[in-house]
Amino acid sequence: MKSGSWSKIIIHSLLGLIALAALIPFLLIVAASFSDEMALTVKGYSLWPRDFNLSAYQFIFDKPGRLLRAYGNTIAITVLGTSLSLVMMSLFAYALSRQLFRFRRIYGIFLVVAMLFSGGLVPYYILVTQVLKLQNTFIILLLPNLIGLYQIIILTAFFRQLPNELFDAARVDGAGEWRIYGSLVVPMGKPALATVGLMIAILYWNNWTTPLYFIRDPDLYTLQYLLYQVMRDAEILALEPQIGASQLPTQATTMAMAVLATGPAAFGFFFAQKYLVRGITMGSLK
Amino acid sequence: MTDKDRTVKYRLRMPKRSVSSRGLKTKMGQDLRSRNRVWLLMTLPAALWILLFRYLTMVGVGIAFVDFKPRKGIFGSDFVGLQNFTFLFSTDAVLQATLNTVLLNLLFIVVTLAFSLALAFLMFQIYSSSISRVYQAVLLLPNFISYVIVSYFVFALLATDNGMVNGVLQGLGMPRVAWYTEPQYWPTILLITHLWTAMGWGSLIYLAAMLGIDNELFEAAEMDGAGRGRQFWSITLPIILPIVVINVLLALGSIFNADFGLFFLVTRNQGLLYPTTDVLDTYIYRALTTSGDWSMASAAQFYQSVVGFLLLLTANRLVKRIGGRDRDLSLM
Repeated sequence: MKSGSWSKIIIHSLLGLIALAALIPFLLIVAASFSDEMALTVKGYSLWPRDFNLSAYQFIFDKPGRLLRAYGNTIAITVLGTSLSLVMMSLFAYALSRQLFRFRRIYGIFLVVAMLFSGGLVPYYILVTQVLKLQNTFIILLLPNLIGLYQIIILTAFFRQLPNELFDAARVDGAGEWRIYGSLVVPMGKPALATVGLMIAILYWNNWTTPLYFIRDPDLYTLQYLLYQVMRDAEILALEPQIGASQLPTQATTMAMAVLATGPAAFGFFFAQKYLVRGITMGSLK
Repeated sequence: MTDKDRTVKYRLRMPKRSVSSRGLKTKMGQDLRSRNRVWLLMTLPAALWILLFRYLTMVGVGIAFVDFKPRKGIFGSDFVGLQNFTFLFSTDAVLQATLNTVLLNLLFIVVTLAFSLALAFLMFQIYSSSISRVYQAVLLLPNFISYVIVSYFVFALLATDNGMVNGVLQGLGMPRVAWYTEPQYWPTILLITHLWTAMGWGSLIYLAAMLGIDNELFEAAEMDGAGRGRQFWSITLPIILPIVVINVLLALGSIFNADFGLFFLVTRNQGLLYPTTDVLDTYIYRALTTSGDWSMASAAQFYQSVVGFLLLLTANRLVKRIGGRDRDLSLM
């Protein structure tokens, strides 16, 4: 054995500890969601459930309407938004990646200026509420994340690396640009599209600011915004008339909501991870 | 291969085909024109979005110079010059928010850099083992958790009556702390929260850079008896320094913009904490929604947008000078 093996053990234990520490908040929430409300209030949060029970989940599944609605909204927005976004961005990026595109330079400057100067919240708020008048609509939940400038740049760089010879051959065979885009660029661009699509999907999934600014209608709540509301006003569930406020498992329920909202996404993350990692390195090392 | 090489190669190929016959050349010209039309069409949806949400909102910062009345619109409202700004800077609140924004961001940048580099270096040492992918995934996960959930986490840790931290403190015989009412602790709390969400991402960027280093350099250093620490300072760091500098510069460029979710949700928007947690983004949000004060909000917004733009522009210039390239323009 080389002397290096000792340092490797130290490194492994160090990284293992850091990784465990990073997981503590997740454990805390899961443990709390399986805890008895009284015990949670009296003994406090811990890494192991206090008086293990499922009443928080029972409570949510008894009246799952609100949570299901938010889930439905979030899934619809994520799927629709990401698809639309990918189509719009990849079309733009494909055109931009063509050396012979006459407006390439102008669009380049157009993008960079948009990246450098941001009008910020106030003009955006006025645009949506006074000009477009889209508050309390499904559309506004879709619109804000539709285009990512950074993602356009990743796609453009990727499309530029695709072999031009192939496109030229297709052109000689009489293929138009739509045809080339549909049957060559999209299939060959899959790795980049997957990465960018994931980035956008996460933005949609995690979006709570758009509803915070523009949505008052509970039917349009997204998952994250619902969680925000539940946390802000834990008694919101007490509005359900049949149950007395005293027997409400509020804290445990809140945490169970968080688990139900995050669990599937966190699970998905571990499968999607490698595409995301590629996205990070793509962007930073270009 | 650089972009320029590619352009040359592509341009060289085009005439070769078209010189063969005059008829083909005109056909190619027409062809190119129609292809350009299709390309332009392809860009339109995204371009319209950018025009609407990015460019129109740029013009929108101009409302800082009018007495904005929603009914009258931007151009219908009365021009008041710098009155909104006099109003804005007449209290200390916006200066406090500016100071908090800049100082906390600086703190975040420095500490996150140190942690990310250290983590990347550790991961680099054991990169060949399969468990390193697990560490990587676990450390990256917080980056993709929304701040709503993060605020739940922090609440479970810091709740006064039953939070875990107070439980531990009590176990150690120390008094409980009412975290959500004591502003002095919050720079540290926010730093830890930020670190938790950001270090996985940061370390990955530097790890990728380290993996790009020629392994022979490390082997040669090992032969000469250099330990891992020495290797880091003499080989790894100098080689990845440009990437570090570029990342730090770009982060410094956005120092006037705070992470709204972190400051708004994780602090639970507690007024008592504002002395250390109120940043420009939360200040503007409050001016806009809670107090509905258009003049205050628009003036603060103009101030943040313009200073932020100048900082980002400077950062990009410096990156270009150091890296010999403009990160954004180089891709165009």
